Amino acid sequence: MSTATNRVGRRGRRTAAPYAFLAPAVILFTLFVILPIGYAGYLSLRKVQVSGLGLGRGARKEIFAGLENYRDAVGDSELWSGGLRVLGYGALLVPIMLGLALLFALLLDRPRARFGRFARTSIFLPYAVPAIIASLLWGFLYLPATSPVNDLLAWVGLPEPDLLGQGTVFYSVVNIALWGGIGFNMIVLYTALRAIPVELYESARLDGCSEVQIALRIKIPLLVPALVMTTVFSMIATLQVFIEPMALEPLTNSISSTWTPLMKVYRDAFATNDRYAAAATSVLIAAITLVLSFGFLRLVQNRAFGQER
Amino acid sequence: MATRTAEIVTPDPAPAIRSGPTGGPNRSNWSQLVPTAVLLIGAVYCLLPVLWVLVASTKSGSTLFTSFTFAPSTSMLDNLTDLSTYADGIFWRWMLNTLLYAGVGGVLSALVSGLSGYTLAKYQFAGRSVVFNVLLAGVLVPGIILAVPQYLLLAKVGLTDTYWSVLLPSIVSPYGIYLARIYAASAVPDSVIEAARVDGASEFGIFRRVAMPMMVPGLITVFLFQFVAIWNNFLLPFIMLADDDRFPVTLGLYTLLNRGSTEPALYRLVIIGSLLSIIPLVALFLSLQRYWRVDLISGSVKA
Repeated sequence: MSTATNRVGRRGRRTAAPYAFLAPAVILFTLFVILPIGYAGYLSLRKVQVSGLGLGRGARKEIFAGLENYRDAVGDSELWSGGLRVLGYGALLVPIMLGLALLFALLLDRPRARFGRFARTSIFLPYAVPAIIASLLWGFLYLPATSPVNDLLAWVGLPEPDLLGQGTVFYSVVNIALWGGIGFNMIVLYTALRAIPVELYESARLDGCSEVQIALRIKIPLLVPALVMTTVFSMIATLQVFIEPMALEPLTNSISSTWTPLMKVYRDAFATNDRYAAAATSVLIAAITLVLSFGFLRLVQNRAFGQER
Repeated sequence: MATRTAEIVTPDPAPAIRSGPTGGPNRSNWSQLVPTAVLLIGAVYCLLPVLWVLVASTKSGSTLFTSFTFAPSTSMLDNLTDLSTYADGIFWRWMLNTLLYAGVGGVLSALVSGLSGYTLAKYQFAGRSVVFNVLLAGVLVPGIILAVPQYLLLAKVGLTDTYWSVLLPSIVSPYGIYLARIYAASAVPDSVIEAARVDGASEFGIFRRVAMPMMVPGLITVFLFQFVAIWNNFLLPFIMLADDDRFPVTLGLYTLLNRGSTEPALYRLVIIGSLLSIIPLVALFLSLQRYWRVDLISGSVKA
């Protein structure tokens, strides 16, 4: 009798257990991810109506605005130029970053790679430096008064470039992101390479394949799923570029407060206090990010996440 | 004397053998030299700013802008003292705050991720795939986008400009849960869980005393990821916090840099502060390097 109830109680506890165990994550996820997304969507459909001079109680009223905020955002030339800048930034950054990460990972994976440990640690090191600190350090390396580049060029007698100028600051920002991003992606690809059984190379070597041929014909094809994942993660990170230009802003006049869409979101939400416009822009950026990353995953036939379920 | 001569005359045959049947010593040299040079160039590029901040932090306010960039000076201790006394030592407060946000947030995140990942890997229950897929979609949600509505919502309940406003949103990590789930699936055998059940252990007891110890390497990786992610997350504290008593060090140094455009003497403090702020992360990173083997797709964590 007592064992029977005990067993029922036990079974009951076992079916309740997974829900109890998931509760902390689900509650936090709901509060800090789902709810904010919903709230942003709600705010993006509203606006403030000012009656009279906008003074006094009830003169400012929040009303339903429909898609007005989105229409404004789509018609905003500042947002367009920021958006195009970020797309150009991603188109330049992602291939170079992943190309170099792949190159370094393959070089580290060679048999008898010399200085491998030292190079691996050094190249991964920037990952441990927060983006804001990295931007700050590079900012000083760009600043004519403290830049070694300018020191060197002055010494040789060549004209000194303005690394924070109107035309160059774009590339200076790309460089900071490149510096911070190569190492992490290199480690991801290197780990994937290490997981490939070495027997796969042995017969190729016996057939007279060089290391370069092994890299091109065996290693890179097997790395495709890892490359897909790193591309998606890099694209998401790229569309959110904010910290680097924000950190360089105090050092130069070439970066406006709406240089990237996220900087505009920040300005709208906190400087000009139009949280409705900020919400609409946020939703647009999120939608574009999701469309681009899912679209890319589709394009490569769901090779990465598709494996998991 | 004689033995030395002999050594010179008969060179060590090893290199010729090592180069293998495909090429002579020359070819072997080239195929080693170029890749090694490329790797070293990459290493130098990555070390350059770190080297610069090390040198620049030894310079006084006047030599910072006048002497050659990589020429060290002798003012490091002065800079350190000035930074420590600036605004009643607020820099160290920022460092402690960062440790609190990233350390406590990282530990809580690893625990929540571990428990969730274990549950998703080891229990069959209604709604399992829904929960997993929704959480997984969270990986693709642009994190920074959340910050503004998070701020507005927390403002409604009066939690902005508190430690909680930075700590709480950092705990749940979709990617951490994803990692923990894969790790639990491979590291915790079902038979061990069954055995513990037969022994009469409670479900939570099984997780805490049996599964969690087996998941430690995976949990350390989740902790490291989240620690770095929180340390790096600039926008969240930037939006949430107004009082510089609660700033993490990244935000504190950014405000100093901003003030530096009117007061260049502060640049010196920003530089030595940057150096000090990256030392703990670099140390953590070097000492736990073996946990940084990241496979985004299959094993994810190989310790």
